[in-house]
Amino acid sequence: MTGFNRKFFQWSFITAIFAWLYLPIVLLVVNSFNDSKYGHEWKGFTWKWYEKLFENEALVQAFLNSLLIAGLAATVATIIGTLMALAIHRYRFPLKGTASGMLFVVMMSPDIVLAITFLVVFIALGIQLGFWSLLIAHITFCLPFVVITVYAQLKGFDKHLLEAAQDLGASESRIFRLIILPLVFPAIIAGWLLSFTLSLDDVIISSFVTGPSFEILPIRVFSMVKVGVSPEVNVLATLLLIISLLLVTLSTLLLRRKY
Amino acid sequence: MIKPLFTFRYSVIALTLFWLGLFVLVPHVLVLIVSVLSPDPQHLVVWPLTLDSWARLFDPLYLEVFWYSLWLSGLTTLICLLLGYPFAWVLAQLPAWWRGVLLFLMIVPFWTNSLIRTYAIKLSLGNKGVVNSLLVGLGITDEPVELLYTPFAVVFGLVYVLLPFMVLPLVASFDKLDKHLLEAARDLGAGWWQRFRHVVLPLTMPGVIAGCLIVFLPAMGMFYVSDLLGGAKNLLLGNIIRNQFMVVHDWPFGAALSVALIMLMAMLLWLYFAANRRINRQGGLDDDGI
Repeated sequence: MTGFNRKFFQWSFITAIFAWLYLPIVLLVVNSFNDSKYGHEWKGFTWKWYEKLFENEALVQAFLNSLLIAGLAATVATIIGTLMALAIHRYRFPLKGTASGMLFVVMMSPDIVLAITFLVVFIALGIQLGFWSLLIAHITFCLPFVVITVYAQLKGFDKHLLEAAQDLGASESRIFRLIILPLVFPAIIAGWLLSFTLSLDDVIISSFVTGPSFEILPIRVFSMVKVGVSPEVNVLATLLLIISLLLVTLSTLLLRRKY
Repeated sequence: MIKPLFTFRYSVIALTLFWLGLFVLVPHVLVLIVSVLSPDPQHLVVWPLTLDSWARLFDPLYLEVFWYSLWLSGLTTLICLLLGYPFAWVLAQLPAWWRGVLLFLMIVPFWTNSLIRTYAIKLSLGNKGVVNSLLVGLGITDEPVELLYTPFAVVFGLVYVLLPFMVLPLVASFDKLDKHLLEAARDLGAGWWQRFRHVVLPLTMPGVIAGCLIVFLPAMGMFYVSDLLGGAKNLLLGNIIRNQFMVVHDWPFGAALSVALIMLMAMLLWLYFAANRRINRQGGLDDDGI
């Protein structure tokens, strides 16, 4: 194959893959402005679906609830995950291998399996399904991603810095606050962003541990799209796409690593 | 001198063990226990211990469903690999700037809500969706084809949602691939196929297996993809597990299914580590000594 042909073939392949990945999403975005309900043809530009979305109180509430859970879960997971990364990197303690193994299990297990383990433990502990069960579950499934992000950064920097601080008599908490925290800060932010996204994206685990008292977006959307077409979902898709674009851009800029 | 228990170090360790113990280890043990209890509609599970749920895993009726679910997930994984591998390879040969841009474009869908993306596929595959418009418009078929609510639609949707999961580990393993090895192989007279078969494929194998794992395992559980695209046919293992817990209330059987899934996962992970070890032993590129 000549060089030109080869290049042409490669770029066609890449273009085809991206067209396939983006076309369905772009259609949703376009249809969120389309006057036609079913979106089979273009009937003119409109904001009415956006208005309808904001009039749909239950849906807006579910959206806000989702953002609340995602924000809280990401924040707590980032704090606990950073400390866990520190413990695994710096300290020796019994059951350390088990702890890393557990993080690995959470990362690799299919969501459906995690969902069941959460459901069973919440029932066993008598935790009512709703806000708290969702929050704990979301924190837990975000944890390993924070830990590996922060751990990778911890491994990257100079150990002598910490030894020097220790020799000069700094306590563990001081070392953490004044040296480790600033050094791993980009990883911490990236971990937060990833957790936020993971939490917002989750359908499977949420649908098991949610309760009637606290509805979040995926559950609501699931019941909406199951019955048929609903233009409000197009609007939601557009909003969520904007959120994920922002978050990916932020985290790419922050980490400037491969992904 | 006795060290106080509430130092920073001990608090961090205690927090780590407490959280992972209570919300990961204990729940997994509980699921294992539930799988050998007896089902009860009122109390979820009751004594006595029984292996009935485990025996039911081998009931021909269910075995057929499992195999079908495994087959759909396996097919999804294979298609993702066939699309993702050449994609990652092409990506690896591009200049750094293009690689960055295209990777970014691959990560955006990865970070976009998968339920919404499944819904997008549902609209695209409908009778008046973009796929059928294309088919009819190009004159390939005279009238719209029933695509939605078929196993085809489920696999299509799963591939769509999971492709980025396949691509990312593959890209990482192509990044590690030392281009000099390819040049060396070429200088030694290896043809295109030989270079692929003896250099590229073995060295990217960890990426291939990692990608297959993180596509195959979730693919079995994504009940909402099957619900939205496959109709009410319960094609995936995830649908069956969900039904046991949410509809039929047969928790032990659902738990046994989950444990079986975990065992399958353990087996696949073992394969992954075995492959990784093999590469390191052969003095692969992970070897720091080079």
